[in-house]
Amino acid sequence: MIIGKDQAQRYARHFVLKEIGAAGQKKLLQSKVLVIGAGALGSASIIYLAAAGVGTIGIADYDTVEISNLQRQVIHRKDRTGMKKTASAELSVKELDPDINVCRHDEMITPDNIGGIISGYDFVIDCTDRFETKFLINDACVISKKPYCHAGVVRFEGQAMTYVPDKGPCLRCLLGGVPSPEDTVTCAEAGVLGAVTGIIGSVQALEAIKYILGAGELLTGRVFTIDGLGMNTKVTSIPHPDPGCSVCGNSPSIMSVMDNRKEYEIRSCSL
Amino acid sequence: MIIINGNELDVSGKTVSQYLREANYTTARVAVEINGDIVPKSEYDEVVLNDGDTVEIVSFVGGG
Repeated sequence: MIIGKDQAQRYARHFVLKEIGAAGQKKLLQSKVLVIGAGALGSASIIYLAAAGVGTIGIADYDTVEISNLQRQVIHRKDRTGMKKTASAELSVKELDPDINVCRHDEMITPDNIGGIISGYDFVIDCTDRFETKFLINDACVISKKPYCHAGVVRFEGQAMTYVPDKGPCLRCLLGGVPSPEDTVTCAEAGVLGAVTGIIGSVQALEAIKYILGAGELLTGRVFTIDGLGMNTKVTSIPHPDPGCSVCGNSPSIMSVMDNRKEYEIRSCSL
Repeated sequence: MIIINGNELDVSGKTVSQYLREANYTTARVAVEINGDIVPKSEYDEVVLNDGDTVEIVSFVGGG
């Protein structure tokens, strides 16, 4: 592929980075990244992927824009309330750069459709808001050998980590399984601040970009956490997968997300 | 002494479950690593913290 004059100007600050340059920019322009969830984490992830020139961005969400989303879901706008979040996010991406290819997946991600949706992408970003869906994405990515970046955020706190097949633990290694509703708080009770989701969503976009470029050190075998109130950040090294993990371990019991669908059914709005 | 998240604590002899409960962690939402290895959830009741152990505990949240 040839980088045109407009693109050369647009990405001038990338060309001087030794980790990107013209060769890296071509990789980004030819890459395909799927963002599942066009909410708060997704807003930051999607817009930074688009700005960086990730050529194809898949956006999966079944929800519509509500006014209560706007204090954190900065990719959406007041005049788009009622619109599909995927359509609103696509509009924002196209305003930034009409050359970015957006693939909308307007349906709910389920055990039946996730395998087909993720298969076309180089990297997946989990920007969903429930543990049940986060485990569905984890298990589907492990089974499909698809690298992905997990994250979660609530109040002023959040975490992110990246799974790369055969390179480190998956979410199930760390947590075992979906936490029960009693161990989580409801969305309405807990609250969340947009500036914190922006940090974590940006970390996720950065992980995807680094993966595509083969640059730097990913959050594989490491968990990034932030407490925005105390402004304490930490990267905890957890390098070894759990050999007994039921999806990525030595003798996994979860061989198909369809066979494990019970665990992914939404039992609460877990945070 | 045991080093937990960088702090020296006198909690040797306690199980992982006991420590997590006393320190007000939500067991279902934490990952526990002792001396570089993940402790599976099913072993929290049996695994005992010993002098010299280095422990990392990371809490996860599920919003997005």
